[in-house]
Amino acid sequence: MPNPMRMRANVEGDAVVVRVLMSHPEDTGLMKAPDGKIIPAHFIQSVICKNNDKNVLTCDWGTAISKNPFLEFRFKGGKSGDKISVTWLDNKGETQTDTTTVS
Amino acid sequence: MNQSRRQVMQLGAGATVVGLVASAGLLPVTAQAADAPGWDAKLFEAKTLDEIAKALGASATESTEVSIVGPDIAENGAVVPVGIKSTAAGVSMLGIVVQKNPTALVATFSTKDGAEPNFATRIKMAQTSHVYAVAKAGDKLLFSKKEIKVTLGGCGG
Repeated sequence: MPNPMRMRANVEGDAVVVRVLMSHPEDTGLMKAPDGKIIPAHFIQSVICKNNDKNVLTCDWGTAISKNPFLEFRFKGGKSGDKISVTWLDNKGETQTDTTTVS
Repeated sequence: MNQSRRQVMQLGAGATVVGLVASAGLLPVTAQAADAPGWDAKLFEAKTLDEIAKALGASATESTEVSIVGPDIAENGAVVPVGIKSTAAGVSMLGIVVQKNPTALVATFSTKDGAEPNFATRIKMAQTSHVYAVAKAGDKLLFSKKEIKVTLGGCGG
């Protein structure tokens, strides 16, 4: 398993702002390695964000998201101390979940 | 005898080609990979905004209720910070579309579960292109566009 996601969740006004930095190669399947072989596509397809086990955000991503993806989103109804969890699932079936608390 | 030898050679040559193609990874990989649940491959295969709108069952309309923020000039097409926002009512989904990318649709964000229609991420761009922020509201696909110049492509390395 690669590095854990770097996450930060803050209350800003009446909303909670969550920033996530994931660790993923995000290969498009179009680039070639130095030996001329095509690097097979390996990218995150789905990201699910939860606040205290309640679904907040579902994303579908293509290959054009940058390497080590960054995501910022906000939602209302959260408060300090809430648990935020982010799960990604890629096209090879790998998955990773990390959690943080709202500060 | 010569003829049968020729046939054998042809067969062998054909098999080699297939083998080379397979080992070079030119055969479609999508058939082997298991897509994430809910991931719509058709949507990500669309080449233009209109095709994406069609795949979503909506018609594309330019709107001021959707906005996109990003740099005017991106020095590195592999990492272009982009923010999208919508103030329109009844938006169920937001997305980013890059007109001249090999896969036009970059990402979709569902706002059905309470997330605000306001997202930021980093995207790859193959070349200078219009970037669209799209928002699906009912049967309309609202969009606004911004041209981002790329001085170094994101897909060549």
